[in-house]
Amino acid sequence: MELDSLYQEVILDHYKHPLHKGLSDEKSVQVHHVNPSCGDEITLNLIFEGDVVQDVTWDGVGCSISQASASIMSDLVHGKSVEQAFLALDAFSELMSSKGSIKGDDAILEDGVALAGVSKFPARVKCALLGWMAFKDAALQAREKEQK
Amino acid sequence: MSSLDVAAIKADFPIFQKRMRNDARLVYLDSGATSQKPAQVLEAERFFYTHHNAAAHRGSHLLAEEASTAYEGARATIAAFIGADSDEVIFTKSATESINLIAYSFSNTQVAPFVLTAGDEILVSEMEHHANLIPWQQLAKRTGAVIRWFSVTADGRLDLSNIDQLINERTKIVAITHQSNVLGTIPPVALITSKAHAVGAIVVLDACQSAPHFPMNVVELDVDFVAFSGHKMLGPTGVGVLWGRASLLAKMEPFLFGGSMIETVTMEGATWASAPRKFEAGVPNMAQAVGLAAAIDYLTNIGMSKIHQHETELTQYALDTLQTIKGLNIFGPLDTIDRGGVISFALEGIHPHDAGQVLDQYGVAVRTGHHCAWPLMRKYGVAGTTRASLYLYNDRSDIDALAEAITATQKYFKVS
Repeated sequence: MELDSLYQEVILDHYKHPLHKGLSDEKSVQVHHVNPSCGDEITLNLIFEGDVVQDVTWDGVGCSISQASASIMSDLVHGKSVEQAFLALDAFSELMSSKGSIKGDDAILEDGVALAGVSKFPARVKCALLGWMAFKDAALQAREKEQK
Repeated sequence: MSSLDVAAIKADFPIFQKRMRNDARLVYLDSGATSQKPAQVLEAERFFYTHHNAAAHRGSHLLAEEASTAYEGARATIAAFIGADSDEVIFTKSATESINLIAYSFSNTQVAPFVLTAGDEILVSEMEHHANLIPWQQLAKRTGAVIRWFSVTADGRLDLSNIDQLINERTKIVAITHQSNVLGTIPPVALITSKAHAVGAIVVLDACQSAPHFPMNVVELDVDFVAFSGHKMLGPTGVGVLWGRASLLAKMEPFLFGGSMIETVTMEGATWASAPRKFEAGVPNMAQAVGLAAAIDYLTNIGMSKIHQHETELTQYALDTLQTIKGLNIFGPLDTIDRGGVISFALEGIHPHDAGQVLDQYGVAVRTGHHCAWPLMRKYGVAGTTRASLYLYNDRSDIDALAEAITATQKYFKVS
């Protein structure tokens, strides 16, 4: 079924057992993002030291796609420099806007390539991007803070 | 058995010939968002463009005359449908615009009763669509008035226990839905209206989910304003209706200014035409108004009472059927008393967005999310619901298809 390209086992696993879910006590920056079309929400804590993502934790409510994507993202950017993390972010954004034409590079995106099928369902792309956009916002804010 | 010949009705709607994903037939259960359109409506719109198209109320040629006649004829059809005078029927682009029109009129005049001052109260309910909430929030911000609201009970009814505190001498506007777009609940409009009028408040009724589904008469309702949209009642998009009591429309200020709505204009200022013209600035949405009139003719030919009876029977069948599904919880009343054919539900362990996605694989079109009623979602502690909404072209086979697809969804996500 067409649906299986959307709901891969990897995604359902992340949905049922999300990584880094539950907010840390400490944080450099906290952001809260919503998807106004469906009401899904995410709160994300970022700990940032010397341009390296020390920790990302998050909490929120959402569909399997948004929850799995946040789980995959938080694990992926963990311990990475902001440059590397943003490289992955760009690769993921490209994958999401590909309408199914590319598969994604698993060397960069790891489990994130399992979300490739989402790009064929335009209404769900926003779900997949929710956590990533929250991370991007938090990282930019954290960077700005450090530069002050 | 159903009082309607659903097969014959369905045949009038070209969209039901479309094949959905996996070659499934279309099981359209999203009429609460927008209804499908019969060929008669599409043809009426097309016929206007091919035979009468010109700017209404302008020009001295034959087409201008025909366009004006068609547009005003549409107004008369809509007036008759709701038991109103033609001059009380204003065409807008949507029900949302209709409500905004009233809300703006309260902040650009000094003429009673359209004056709000700090401490005045606007009463709404917790089950309002954003379109009947945010315009009032903004009006309150502009004027210093206060928003108050009826709460919703756990079983999806309005909590009337504090109605005499909520409706008091400070209450100036009561804006209430005629039927919840999430729960299907029909609030006690007569009771609320009589109490509101006793304190001199104006009653605004959001009839988006009622006008398409059961007979409505503005004189019997005794409210002051009624707003509804064309596209939810088989009509085209881009046309809505505002009905207002003639005595109020005479005092009410317009909020869109320009051509058509004036009486005289000088370089220093202008005076307004009388209602409804003063509220219809610009060349009107003639083809859409004509399409809406054709939709109303279609509904009237079948009979609003028969449509209501059909939907009530089908709603009961849907409530009974869905309640047999384990792990499915319905929000809102579980019987058809003061309740229409809008059924929201949650599936344990499955987010509404995921449920809608799988249902779509079976051709079942439902709405998922917060339904533009975010406060109500917060009240129930959910991010959203899955909503099936019924209309005259639905029958039991659609409910059965929904139930089967729900069961398949639960299997897919391994929650059953």
